[in-house]
Amino acid sequence: MTDPYVQAHSTAISVRDLVVNYGERNILNGINLEIPAGQIMVIMGGSGVGKSTLLRCILGLKKPTAGSIHMLGTDITTASTREMYRIRKKMGVAFQGGALFSSMSVAENIQLPLREHTQLDEKTIQIMTRIKLDMVNMLPHEHLMPAELSGGMIKRTALARAIIMDPKLLFFDEPSAGLDPITSADLDALIIMLKTIMNMTIVVVTHELESALKIADHIAILGDGRVLETGTPQQIRLSQTTAVQNMLNRKPRETVVDPEAHLKLLVGNNY
Amino acid sequence: MQKTLEKIGASTISVLEDAGRTFNLLLLVIWHLLQPPYKFYPIIRQIYFIGARSLTLIIISGITIGMVLGLQFYSILERFGSVNLLGSGVALSVIRELGPVMTALMVVGRAGSSMTAELGIMRTSEQVDAMECMAISPDKFLVAPKVIAGMLSVPLLTAVFDFVALLGGYFVGVFMFNVAEGSYMNGMIDAVVWSDVRLGLIKSIFFGVLFSLICCSKGYYMHLGKAGSLGAEGVSFVTTDAVVLSSIAILFSDFLIGSLLQ
Repeated sequence: MTDPYVQAHSTAISVRDLVVNYGERNILNGINLEIPAGQIMVIMGGSGVGKSTLLRCILGLKKPTAGSIHMLGTDITTASTREMYRIRKKMGVAFQGGALFSSMSVAENIQLPLREHTQLDEKTIQIMTRIKLDMVNMLPHEHLMPAELSGGMIKRTALARAIIMDPKLLFFDEPSAGLDPITSADLDALIIMLKTIMNMTIVVVTHELESALKIADHIAILGDGRVLETGTPQQIRLSQTTAVQNMLNRKPRETVVDPEAHLKLLVGNNY
Repeated sequence: MQKTLEKIGASTISVLEDAGRTFNLLLLVIWHLLQPPYKFYPIIRQIYFIGARSLTLIIISGITIGMVLGLQFYSILERFGSVNLLGSGVALSVIRELGPVMTALMVVGRAGSSMTAELGIMRTSEQVDAMECMAISPDKFLVAPKVIAGMLSVPLLTAVFDFVALLGGYFVGVFMFNVAEGSYMNGMIDAVVWSDVRLGLIKSIFFGVLFSLICCSKGYYMHLGKAGSLGAEGVSFVTTDAVVLSSIAILFSDFLIGSLLQ
């Protein structure tokens, strides 16, 4: 059933019946998700539930086993390379580890999409680079190489590169992972600002609860290869789903262990 | 027995997959070569890396091999009283055979290994994915310049290798064993014809494309093989693999080209 909140907004990305298997392992099992345009959608879930796999499918970096993903009106699971590149020119991605090109400086990393996709003169490229670097507070560090940057600086540079072409869609993979609380809060504020100022559709994949509740217009919680719950942060807080409540309350997994069977698992049949 | 057969089958499939990916990469490079806009700076940068930075290695190995050849040829020819053939012997061996092969092997060790490692690291650290997401074709941006530079650099380096190897042979023959300078030079000039130079040139161009394609393919498609899940160890694994495979491919194709164009 489509969420009333989602119905109020036009859909930027629509994931339908998505299945992903790695060999015989099933990672995603029938994911259905509508991502509204101009909003921040946070995809949450514990480690290993398939958040990053879902993001890779949405980015077109992984072909799903079954299902479809409609992005800006095109089914990217069947799109040609040319169509895919046309869509990708409208999106920006900030990867978990930054994925900055190690042979290029901060400024060169950010300028790359402009140099490859536009005919802008050098002066304009420099100005645009400085504007984006200023937005992420990286202007004083434009000449540094990625190896000279801290974790937070790498994330901010990756963000500047992701927004250099003023994309319609912006994706973040674990933006707060490994950052101190203040840098993390800075990044959250930046994400909200991008939505407000540039009217971007933003998809954030994270397991940082505090950050998710702060920035999200809409949250989808993954578990067991499917979407357990979707809704606004308020709706998610009030969710009655046990797995969601366990996650919100940081409750450890309750596993019933049969001592006999567990011993057998550890030592085999040789006891 | 069944397990042995399974292992052989799996290895065969893996080799065929590797060959298919390398061929696929060749087609992609050709395709990109036909697609404007053409950007020359990345190619020049790679020529500098593969060519200019290999120059010292090529000069040292060329002189050494030329001197060794001079030494060995002299001791053989002396037995038959034909030391006046020293110049032609050294020149033909270097220009037809040793120049292209040794240059390519040296470049594989120096530049090929770093090509694989660079692309492998870019793959594991999501840099290739980032490029895809920026709608920049990684095979056009990363691989094509390397293959084109390999194709252009190896013949140029071979020419340098040939020249210094001939100088090395000349030094040993004329200065160490007192072979008449005129006899050495004339023997060399008379023996070498255009078809010998052409053979050396064809080989070096082919080796340049071959090694750069194999090395790029190993790093670029690292994620599709077993090494993809091994991180840094995987990069070292594919790098070793690329150097070994490129060397074998160069030696084997040397025989094939030699047989076909004899």
